[in-house]
Order: sequence, then C-alpha cells, then structure tokens
Amino acid sequence: MDIILSEQDVQRIDACLTKVLNKSAAVSAFLIDRSGQLIANCGSPSTLDVSAFSALTAANFGATSEIAKLLGEQEFNLLFHKGQNENVYFSVVGENMIMVIVFDDRTTLGLVRLSINMIMDELLQILSPVYQDKG
Amino acid sequence: MPFINFSKDEIQCKIVYYGCGFCGKTTNLLYIYKKTQDDVRGRMVSIDTDGDRTIFFDFLSLNLGKIRGFDIRVQLYTVPGQVHYDATRKLVLKGVDGVVFVADSLKTQREKNIESLINLAKNLAEKRLSIRTIPLVMQYNKRDLEAEGAEILPVDVLEKDLNSMLKAPNFNASAIKGEGVFETLREISKLVVKDVSKKILLEGKGRSLTGAGGL
Repeated sequence: MDIILSEQDVQRIDACLTKVLNKSAAVSAFLIDRSGQLIANCGSPSTLDVSAFSALTAANFGATSEIAKLLGEQEFNLLFHKGQNENVYFSVVGENMIMVIVFDDRTTLGLVRLSINMIMDELLQILSPVYQDKG
Repeated sequence: MPFINFSKDEIQCKIVYYGCGFCGKTTNLLYIYKKTQDDVRGRMVSIDTDGDRTIFFDFLSLNLGKIRGFDIRVQLYTVPGQVHYDATRKLVLKGVDGVVFVADSLKTQREKNIESLINLAKNLAEKRLSIRTIPLVMQYNKRDLEAEGAEILPVDVLEKDLNSMLKAPNFNASAIKGEGVFETLREISKLVVKDVSKKILLEGKGRSLTGAGGL
C-alpha cells in the first residue's frame, strides 16, 4: 500500500487547502494520512514541528476511534480541541485521511466547518484514484 | 505505506521499533535523537507514564538525505511493550514500512521476547502484512550487561529463538551506550528504501521516478 501523489495531485490538494483558509480565515490547514504521514499543508504553521504534529494527529484519531467502538459507534468523524489562543478542528476525509484546521478568534468553528464542506467533494475526487491505484 | 510526493521529490517511510516491555526501544530513539543534528531531525515526542513506560508511542522524524534526487524522510516509532497495550500497538503499526525487533538479551526475558515476536507476526497479519516479507532487523540489546554480571542469553540462543526462520539481519547492541544503534537504523533504512523502490517499480508507478533519476 503506497500513497503516490503526482505534482498535479499535490497542486490540486494545495488549492483545496488554500480555499479553506481563504474562506474561513483560519491560520493553517493540514491533510494527514491515518498512519501519521503529512500529505500537504498550507498557511502559517510558525514553528510547529509538522511531522510530530501529524504523528500525534493520527494517534489522536486512532485512540478516539477505539473509544467510539467501545461505545458502539462506528467512528467519531470530527474532533475539536479548544485552546486559549488557538483551536484545532479535525475532520475525516474519506477512509484514509484527516483534515486538520488550526484557527484563532478571528473566525468561528461554524465557518471552518462550512469551508471544509465546500471543498470536501473535490478533495475526495482527487484522493480516491490515489487509493484505488493501490489495489 | 510509504508516501511518495513527486511535487517535493520526497519519500516518507514509517519504521516501528517493536519488542517486549523495557527491552530498550525508547532508549534507541533517545540515542538517535541525542546524536543527530537539529537540521536532520524533528523533536522527539513521547507519550509515557510517570514510570517512564511508553503508554502510546515515541516518535522521531529523521531526514536521511537524498537518494537519486529524492529526499528520504523516515518516521521512527516505538510501541508500548506491555502485553495489555495490544490495541495501541496495532494503531502504531498502521502503515508500517519496516520493523526493528528489539530483543532483551537478559535470560529472564527469554519468554517475553518470543511472545512479543509472535504478537508482532499476529498484528502484522491482521494488516495483511507478513513478518517474513516486511523489511525486518533484529537487534539483540543489552549485551553490555554481561560485563556487569547479569545472566544474558548467548547470541546463538537468541538467533535460534527468534531468527531461525526469519533470517533477518541482526545486530548486537547496547542502546544505552549507543552501540549498535546506528548500525540497526542504517540497515532497516536501507531495507525499507530498497523495498519501497522495488514495489514502486513492480507496480509500474516508476515513470516519474525514472524522470528524476530512478531509485
């Protein structure tokens, strides 16, 4: 199982993430594989260690999925962490990816969610052949 | 599950250090972290208990440099060794490209090493991976304890117990002193990169790799 993205795929994914940031005024956006690999990111992650951030995001989602199963749910498909200055919103993208948006008080959770919904179909269209290719 | 990004000419791979509790998985990563420069590695992330036992995983990202124009980044993970953390081990194994099995050379840990290796084979099989085909390196850790009078297993016993069927490359190590740590890392990285390039070529996805010089 390999994830192979062409330059064109990456550009299209970057364009989707940029759209989310432009529509929502969020700080940064990440697309992360469920095994913890960073696929793409945009915005200003400042001094953030994006590799560690991706690994912890996948672990966070993995642990939460197990909690969901214990409760008889198939999955919790979104997570939200509120901080003093910054907040993080995690949302599943298809079966294999997680989108993470970091935002502050210049925007709202509702607007972030709306912005993600607007590009979700397009993002799935880009990603589905990548995973189908793996056979 | 390697991630190949043709936009950045970058390959990311995931290597997991596996083994029973207190065998020295975290010590391996800590040594690598301490001995590498800031510009080739990220920060070391550990989720552990107060007693220094890994509860979820340790994580360290390393840049191994370029191979034929591709930046090779490896992500090193450890798993919690204790038997009851099996669900966590399965989560960490998701998307694994290579495994370092760290065996504890102490005689008292003989059974636990074998149990852990069987557990690894089972958890890989659940992900439709075979312990016989995945890039694997055996590390026989804590060899230094013999000098301190501890009873340790001879290497041929460890080989017979753990590696007689698998025939994986093996290294003696003292992770706490750094002996064998980078040798192990070099070997598993080499095997993983070779495996990734082979798979890509077999799947006929090497068109752009060839354009960039091939792997």
